[in-house]
Amino acid sequence: MEYIPQILFLIMLVVGFGLFAKSAARIRRNILLGKDIDRSDNPSLRLNTMLRVAMGQSKMVVRPVAGTLHLIVYIGFILINIEVLEIVIDGLFGTHRIFAPVLGGVYTAAINFFEILGVLVIIACAIFLYRRNVMKIGRFHSTEMKGWPFKDANYILIIEIVLMTALLVMNAAEANFPDDHRAAGPFLISGMLAPLFSGMGYETLHLIERACWWAHIAGILFFLNYLPYSKHFHIMLAFPNVYYSNLKPKGQFNNLESVKKEVELMMDPNADPYAAAPEPDPNAAPQRFGAKDVQDLSWVQLMNAYSCTECGRCTSNCPANITGKKLSPRKIMMDTRDRLEDVGAIIDLNKGTFVDDGKSLLHDYITPEELWACTSCNACTEACPVNIDPLSIIIDLRRYLVMEESSMPAPLAPVMSSLENNGAPWQFSPSDRFNWATEEA
Amino acid sequence: MSEVLKVPTMADMMAAGETPDILFWVGCSGSFDDRAKKITKAIVKILNKVDMKFAVLGVEESCTGDPAKRAGNEFTFMMQAMSNIQVMNAYEVKKIVTGCPHCFNTIKNEYPELGGKYEVIHHTQLVQQLIDEGKLKVEGGAFKGKKITFHDPCYLGRGNGEYEAPRSVIEKLDVELTEMKRSRANGLCCGAGGAQMFKEAEPGNKEINMERAEEALALKPDVIATGCPFCNTMMTDGVKYNDKQDETQVLDVAELIAQANDL
Repeated sequence: MEYIPQILFLIMLVVGFGLFAKSAARIRRNILLGKDIDRSDNPSLRLNTMLRVAMGQSKMVVRPVAGTLHLIVYIGFILINIEVLEIVIDGLFGTHRIFAPVLGGVYTAAINFFEILGVLVIIACAIFLYRRNVMKIGRFHSTEMKGWPFKDANYILIIEIVLMTALLVMNAAEANFPDDHRAAGPFLISGMLAPLFSGMGYETLHLIERACWWAHIAGILFFLNYLPYSKHFHIMLAFPNVYYSNLKPKGQFNNLESVKKEVELMMDPNADPYAAAPEPDPNAAPQRFGAKDVQDLSWVQLMNAYSCTECGRCTSNCPANITGKKLSPRKIMMDTRDRLEDVGAIIDLNKGTFVDDGKSLLHDYITPEELWACTSCNACTEACPVNIDPLSIIIDLRRYLVMEESSMPAPLAPVMSSLENNGAPWQFSPSDRFNWATEEA
Repeated sequence: MSEVLKVPTMADMMAAGETPDILFWVGCSGSFDDRAKKITKAIVKILNKVDMKFAVLGVEESCTGDPAKRAGNEFTFMMQAMSNIQVMNAYEVKKIVTGCPHCFNTIKNEYPELGGKYEVIHHTQLVQQLIDEGKLKVEGGAFKGKKITFHDPCYLGRGNGEYEAPRSVIEKLDVELTEMKRSRANGLCCGAGGAQMFKEAEPGNKEINMERAEEALALKPDVIATGCPFCNTMMTDGVKYNDKQDETQVLDVAELIAQANDL
């Protein structure tokens, strides 16, 4: 009978991590539905960018209030989780605070430090809740933030507060244990909370302490399994997302190889115009110019979608959005993720193969009106704290609209034919191009 | 002021058996747009002033393809890019200065993969170099003590990380350089990029250039300085719309330098 808690703990741990592994594998599979793109170049610069932007949070602190609060939660999350190691060992072996006698004073100092962090995390989360629900900061209340995205944020913050509170109450209850039952402490913060539990019998205190201990670890496992269904998954993907982010100048767009080959052939004076087209590779995937659906995007663009925390810094800096147009770079990322999740669900339902559902990212999720409002100014990519590139998706979808559907805003059509015929976006004769030099200065 | 500009073409140069040190890429706007032509001429005046051995492509120049590419028309872009590269490679072009950040970005970043590898600089960078090397003397002249704000072109600033060259050039004019709240990496687009110049804006509650012009005008500047012919057009429209053209001029950095030097 005495092993029952340990067995329960083991089962909880295995189920918790097992379910998470399954979800993570699903997300990995979804991301890899994207086309291949080589982002293995320049590992040292990539590592450096990751350390600076993801680990160092360099782009978060551009907005000092949210940045500082986020920094607290981030550091708290990483450091307090060190304690999970002890919790796991204790849970599996039926020990209690196994590191306390080993580390002695260091242990006390560490737990004190975690407690202070815990309180700071609670305060930060409370302020975050206040900003979202009471101050109603604009970027958290745009159209794409209605419903689940809004609730999701609140759930995350509440779970974090509960986890931290459990830790502090656990320590506070133990602070009231009789000396021979107390493994460590009292600690700074829980010591101040301890009087709340004074006068209770050891049995009650022990029950509270155990309840909090279980709540904390069960909460962590629950949270872990909540992540893959939440925007909070960024805590997993922010690092690889920044590592594999675009290192080239933001103004540089990729050149489409398939188009390049065709144009080269067109311009080659030695090409035989009557030659039969080369045999198509039967195994080659059908080539589209640009992107219509998520499978036409690269895995980096799809990972971007899962890395997005919906903070809305991109959208609040987007000139089109600022002036009331429908474009929201955040919505582009959320739509990409939603569509990818839908495609993944169809694949799961059909035992591993995708069956066309008559929908696509373009048109059914993202409308041409949104796409055409973009000025390609890169305000969104500059603002993103984890180097997400919504602009690349916008351009790939535009490419499909223009090159596959021949659809573009009416005034652009004559511009394109002018470019082709006159070498300028306006209908001027190429022979007049140098007139400026001889006109009156 | 009516002094004739010296604008040699690559064809002239080649016929004379000469090679210029730098190709001045004028761009469509700089070639055809009446307002932008003044910027082009200001750049040429500066190049003439320092006796720079330069040439233009003249009628052999064609659009870089930037508007086609940003609009998603990769085919038209490729055709423009590849024929431009053929022309420039035939002339063995090594170094290019552009009068437009869009041309600058496209030739610098997107042409190399297509076989067009050149050293490309923006005209504000060239002016900064000329000043730093002592080849160009700049004094405030008419602009001394004036209040100037600089509007960052997206494709020079965020697109390619150049924020300081135009500012350092402007500061040489002994002016009061004042910054808008949204500047440098945080700058606000003029609204013309991504082929927006050539189409109506999508429905919204404001035009982007109005938002930007109002932000600039709130500083009550004597001059809104630009480094891009499209930004220039958009800001000029915004200033006119606000009926402030008598108080605030919109001038390219090259025009500031040329005017300050009475060129």
